[in-house]
Amino acid sequence: MTTQMFGAPIRRKEDPRLVTGGGRYLDDLGHDALAAAFVRSPHAHARIVDIDASDAIDVEGVVGIYVHEDLPGRVGEPLPLLIPHPTLTHGRTGYALARDEVNHVGEPVAMVVATDRYVAEDACQRIRVTYEQLPVVVGIESARDGERLVHDDVPGNVAAHMLQEVGDVDAALATAPHTLALELDIERSACMPMEGKGVYARWDRERGELRMYSSTQTSTGVRAAVAAKLDLPLAKVECIAPDVGGGFGVKIMHPWPEEVLVPWAARLLDQPVKWAEDRREHFIGSAHERGQLQQVTVGFDDEGRVLGLDVKFWHDNGAYTPYGIIVPIITSTQLLGPYKPGAYRCEFWSLYTNTVLVTPYRGAGRPQGCFAMERTMDAIADALGLDRAEVRSRNFILPSEMPYDHGLLFQDGRPLRYDSGDFPASLAKLKQLVGWDDFADYRRSAEAEGRKVGLGIGCYVEGTGVGPYEGGHIQVETSGRVNVSTGLTSQGQGHETVFAQIVAEELGVRLEDVHVTTGDTRKMPYAVGTFASRAAVMSGSAIAIATRKVREKALRIAADALEVSPDDLEIVEGTVRVKGAPATSMSLGTVSVLSNPLRYAFDEAARAATQFAGTFDPDKPPVAEGEEPGLEGKGFYSPTQATFANGMHAAIVETDPVTAEIKILRYCVIHDCGTMINPMIVEGQVHGGVAQGVGGALYERMAYDESGQLLNASFMDFLMPYASEVPTVEADHLETPSPLNPLGIKGAGEAGCIPVSAVIASAIEDAEGFPIARMPISPNDLWELRRRHAAGEVPSLHRQANTARSSSSSSSSSSSSTSPKEPTS
Amino acid sequence: MKPAPFEHHAPLSVEEAVAVLNEVGHDGKVLAGGQSLIPILNMRLASPAHLVDINRVAGLDAVEVTPGAVRVGALVRHAGLERSEEAYAALPLLRQALVNVAHPAIRNRGTTVGSIAHADAAGEMPAILALTEGVVEAAGPSGPREIPWRDFFLGALETSLEAEELAVAVRFRRFATGTGTAFVEAARRHGDYAMAGVGVAVTVTDGVVSGARASFVSVTDVPSVLDLGPALVGVEPGGDAWAAAVDAAAEAVHEHVDPEGDIHATAEYRRMLVTELTRRVLPRAVHESEHSTGESPTPSSSAQFPTHESEHSTDSGVQS
Repeated sequence: MTTQMFGAPIRRKEDPRLVTGGGRYLDDLGHDALAAAFVRSPHAHARIVDIDASDAIDVEGVVGIYVHEDLPGRVGEPLPLLIPHPTLTHGRTGYALARDEVNHVGEPVAMVVATDRYVAEDACQRIRVTYEQLPVVVGIESARDGERLVHDDVPGNVAAHMLQEVGDVDAALATAPHTLALELDIERSACMPMEGKGVYARWDRERGELRMYSSTQTSTGVRAAVAAKLDLPLAKVECIAPDVGGGFGVKIMHPWPEEVLVPWAARLLDQPVKWAEDRREHFIGSAHERGQLQQVTVGFDDEGRVLGLDVKFWHDNGAYTPYGIIVPIITSTQLLGPYKPGAYRCEFWSLYTNTVLVTPYRGAGRPQGCFAMERTMDAIADALGLDRAEVRSRNFILPSEMPYDHGLLFQDGRPLRYDSGDFPASLAKLKQLVGWDDFADYRRSAEAEGRKVGLGIGCYVEGTGVGPYEGGHIQVETSGRVNVSTGLTSQGQGHETVFAQIVAEELGVRLEDVHVTTGDTRKMPYAVGTFASRAAVMSGSAIAIATRKVREKALRIAADALEVSPDDLEIVEGTVRVKGAPATSMSLGTVSVLSNPLRYAFDEAARAATQFAGTFDPDKPPVAEGEEPGLEGKGFYSPTQATFANGMHAAIVETDPVTAEIKILRYCVIHDCGTMINPMIVEGQVHGGVAQGVGGALYERMAYDESGQLLNASFMDFLMPYASEVPTVEADHLETPSPLNPLGIKGAGEAGCIPVSAVIASAIEDAEGFPIARMPISPNDLWELRRRHAAGEVPSLHRQANTARSSSSSSSSSSSSTSPKEPTS
Repeated sequence: MKPAPFEHHAPLSVEEAVAVLNEVGHDGKVLAGGQSLIPILNMRLASPAHLVDINRVAGLDAVEVTPGAVRVGALVRHAGLERSEEAYAALPLLRQALVNVAHPAIRNRGTTVGSIAHADAAGEMPAILALTEGVVEAAGPSGPREIPWRDFFLGALETSLEAEELAVAVRFRRFATGTGTAFVEAARRHGDYAMAGVGVAVTVTDGVVSGARASFVSVTDVPSVLDLGPALVGVEPGGDAWAAAVDAAAEAVHEHVDPEGDIHATAEYRRMLVTELTRRVLPRAVHESEHSTGESPTPSSSAQFPTHESEHSTDSGVQS
């Protein structure tokens, strides 16, 4: 029997190579290349008065120094606005090198190319830029009041204003038995991949060809953008994503200034040029995300069912909008999670500030939306004195209501229509896993020891696998080796493994015979990129479709050769054989030989395919009508809409009664991404996502001061959680297949991080007894909140009174014989 | 993030190192473990023209335990000192503090003397030098000199070490018999610079506290020692007056420290934190005092150290 490949927790094929130093990342390439370094703006908002490079040009080893006026034609024009939107009425993008004005600290002003990076930085230090400082806009309040402007021609700093409404929200709120209003605040964070960005370009003058490598999430996107900027035919540009040390969204943005300038310089100088981003550059020269202020008004009935939901939020998009308004659109739509909101209105303003630009970071607007919705659910439960899980359950979309159309447009411009999901089942599993119903007892026993503990919950739905399409190409060599290519890129997700699993399963070959290439425009020029938890859904499905074509062709050729019907054949471990009579068989390699009629026999196997081998029908052409030589196939997958994964998390936290230090005692996840290709990889994705979520909830923020300086632009002060800060993640799965794709799969890449801030806020609120409305939260923040609460400036939860009632009644009725579920760490 | 050009010197002896330092003066920086210096160079926050790399200098890598002190050479890595069983037996406070110094990878490379010479009041080891009434041994063009900790730390990142001098060792003095120590700090993440930290040494004689001192991390601009004697001396640990005495000691710490706020914690929070940490650390030190292995046969009545004479006599017997 063939081993089950699809759905098996197979260890990652790429790991032995990557963990033994065999990876080839951007900076491992091009040791002979010249190095680029950048002079970046030290001011958040300023006019460039003068750039004096006279002291720098003499530095030994400097090859060239470039400023905006040196950039010819389209290289000197604004960078593209990648995703236009009708409501993005004031979209603005920067230049590859700033022209006249800088709008954030870190914006590139001049590029130095030198023999090595040391020399390039020495020269950068000697370039004197004279700036005239302009008023600075930092923070959403400052952007919103519009007194100072980031761009003179953008009134109110409003890049986009968008409103979607389903039903009559005003009427629903006016007639609802209860209403509540919440003011919420989420701060900035960033992707922080282990490897920063990087570009390496080589120009072949004789052939007029550019080959570039970029640490990117979209090599096809970079290729097209660079070809356009450099005015080169697409056929003369190759872009390869080598091993990429993490992306998390920041590398789907393109073209970065450096992706345009480095190839341009390589062509200009006719020498290879490389730039590898350092960490400080990454902090101030890449992208951030998350920052939003939110206002929620909700109307609900006595049972806690939402009747009307009115959300307004202000989104900080940084200095420019090259990636459009994808992030706030996702917030505004994915906010709804697994719930039926009754009437729903969401209005947002996307605002410019003099800070690093904002583009999607794992979760991409969903963590903020989830925070708004889940804080609202907790508030409803508290107002009515109901169990928080129960309130959620009463608002769930039920499996019988699937597919469920919210009547809104999602980020892909297509209907926000959930394809499948079983939210009640997920919640039941979560409550079981975390011991929801035993928590009251656990809290009592903790309180008896002088400890403060709290239980939190958060639910989300994640639209994954957005289009437009991806492709897969499968080729079986005469050796039986199977080459698989897909155009989207890999940043550590395990694509070499999961795509191989799909092919091994679909084709009937051994996993070790399948070799996957991603992100190489030479192998697969048609692709979109790796983002939005789409790789498994999109490329996985495309590869499955392509593999099925190859299988069909293999069976057709083998049936002909074996003189049986294709229906009687099966493929097992790389051998095509007759079902029930396995001795009648031929290897896929042989089928590959037969698929490609040859004139020349280069080896033994090839002899069978040559013209005098004597096996061909003289009346038919060597390649049959409608066939192509070679055992290969190509397939594309282009869905009508996204597929919607979901998950529910719960956490138990402990807060120090004096110091307000916060510790996560348990973290539980129920995750549903449809059919799983590889549960181990899914779990790894969830763990990594939770780790990033913990960062966003308790540690990470971008500390901009009023002048727009980022005060914590290093890993010493930007607090990414270490392994010591991330709790053990207890995860379990539900598999509700998607009806939308051939494999029934949904995306899993972003899932883990989405609800974490909501969950931790919920748990801290539960421990403390007053609302948590702003994340991340530090011990200092919590300590401050306690003082304000004690001073009457922060209200108590209503449940304080309710708890007092219920605990006094329960203490008389039961003797708490159930043993509290102990935290496992 | 590449350093500006510099000249690398690799002396093989203390004399040679001092000669180079004497020659380059304020244009030179000593490189030992490099855990603070190299990031500073890479970010071009400093651009010394000369780096005097002492990693090849002979004779600086020993941990020596004498009856009066633990002497740590300038090339002893934090990890080496942390793992030294002899040093731990003689002065448990060293390991108690060292496990809080950043992360194992940094402790493998960073030197204890280097972190003291860096004189960051957010560093653990300057505070420990203070708490142990330690001494810095310096070598200079005019010969060796000893700098007591109080004279060594002048300000944030500022010491009395001259540009042409090399810190060749530090001596942490051992405590008197009956002294227990403990160190605790609170950081945002494990291994980060502490928001606040406190080390204490409590001497218990005949069942009552006879001496108690504390020093601090991240809440004073230079390392400082606070005598907790007024609050604790004469009190029986765990006795009726103990809780109030601990509160009084914590209150004294509250008054003594002078923290500054930054993006991780406000001054007010840090002050609260170090006060609470003091409450939590004192019982631990008392507990430790029960199996203390100090060396002095006759501790003076209210101090935790052997007499100066005894330290000198033992030290001089070992150093050569």
